[in-house]
Amino acid sequence: MSSSDLRHTALDALHRSLGATMTDFAGWDMPLRYGSERDEHNAVRTGAGLFDLSHMGEITVTGPQAAALLNHALVGNIATIAVGRARYTMICQEDGGILDDLIVYRLADAEDGSPIFMVVANASNAQVVLDALTERAAGFDAEVRDDRDAYALIAVQGPASPGILASLTDADLDGLKYYAGLPGTVAGVPALIARTGYTGEDGFELFTAPEHAEKVWLALTEAGAPAGLIPCGLSCRDTLRLEAGMPLYGHELSTSLTPFDAGLGRVVKFEKEGDFVGREALTAAAGRAEQNPPRKLVGLIAEGRRVPRAGYSVVAGGEVIGEVTSGAPSPTLGRPIAMAYVDAAYAAAGTAGVGVDIRGTHEPYEVVALPFYKRQK
Amino acid sequence: MSNPTDLRYSKEHEWLSPVEDGVATIGITKFAADALGDVVYAQLPEVGESVSEGETCGELESTKSVSDLYSPVSGEVTEINEDVVNDPSLVNSEPFEGGWLFKVRISEEPTDLLTADEYTEFAGN
Repeated sequence: MSSSDLRHTALDALHRSLGATMTDFAGWDMPLRYGSERDEHNAVRTGAGLFDLSHMGEITVTGPQAAALLNHALVGNIATIAVGRARYTMICQEDGGILDDLIVYRLADAEDGSPIFMVVANASNAQVVLDALTERAAGFDAEVRDDRDAYALIAVQGPASPGILASLTDADLDGLKYYAGLPGTVAGVPALIARTGYTGEDGFELFTAPEHAEKVWLALTEAGAPAGLIPCGLSCRDTLRLEAGMPLYGHELSTSLTPFDAGLGRVVKFEKEGDFVGREALTAAAGRAEQNPPRKLVGLIAEGRRVPRAGYSVVAGGEVIGEVTSGAPSPTLGRPIAMAYVDAAYAAAGTAGVGVDIRGTHEPYEVVALPFYKRQK
Repeated sequence: MSNPTDLRYSKEHEWLSPVEDGVATIGITKFAADALGDVVYAQLPEVGESVSEGETCGELESTKSVSDLYSPVSGEVTEINEDVVNDPSLVNSEPFEGGWLFKVRISEEPTDLLTADEYTEFAGN
């Protein structure tokens, strides 16, 4: 795809003025990094980082039966989300395969009392999710609206982010818990302020109208400078989420895996009312997982310095016992790390004799429980 | 940073220093280092190993990818840069100086190298 075919965010000119290296991500021309990705990673762990995530796909679901529709279409119990709260969930196929992982925000209730939800999908799956929700909405008194162009999304992540954002907003950030979101203003413009992220740090995701994105970005840049805030690209976002043990669609999650295969069976709420897409297949998958444990998602830490990459084989005793799904040098640990699906017999932390086939050489790796990194609260 | 005019360049983005007593120094260009991102691991050829023009002789790992390292010239490796082995970020911070990779006693004059101007145009920078 040539650069001219790519979609550009409202902050495109700013990224270029900052000298960003851009990359094609799911059809969007996005900042990969501005300078050193390691410095960007460390800024988020120790101070704060600023991300343009406007490629994420926002879908608004409204109407008297909006909750019933989402309970039918998704595997979580969306009807129990309180106003101002958010939930991590998934949308599955009829056969239980994962179509995408999502965050659903219950933004507010309309005047008639019906809820207003915002579903945030991965950029690469936004159309698939939109199509599935639209199709699954048949027979429900609910509206599914494509709001991808209605929002820019800016994230400020890192331990310094509450202080930085507090200086720019009227919102009560102390009262805003993890996985909560409320409408407010940032730098004088309307924004939906959510305490969510994909870095393993405290932080916020700010949904604003695209025409306000530059103002919000510049205000955060200025307010955050004393705390070490720097712009951050998708490259460090990947190493941050990997250290935090967070799955990425296309790597740890795919249509060929159910949430139970991914070790995320807890997001499937069988106890909710009514039928939902995939219930039958997921019930069977849950039973299978109990009786005959599938491959498990584990962490691997290199003893050496060669970096495992997605698709590399995990080996033990000369046999292939798993596959790397994500791998990178970890700035925090100072060693290469990976997430991998391995046979259950090799999944216990400390299992001896496990390695990764790195282009023909079996390099020794330590099996650990995820995550690699957990912030101090 | 412009490409130093006293160096010669390969289309695989390596540079070759002027030859002194039959030995030339080899590294990768600023353009290549920028494209890789933070280099985290350098697997260099061993001292005494023979390398051939245009063939792989090692690899450079960065956060996002691994890239083969090609020798721009044929000959025998006489020295590798241990500083880069210990601190691969030198490849990013000083690609034309402290981030050099290895030295080769040249057995054949390379055939397909570019001048700084030609390389700058080739790399589009």
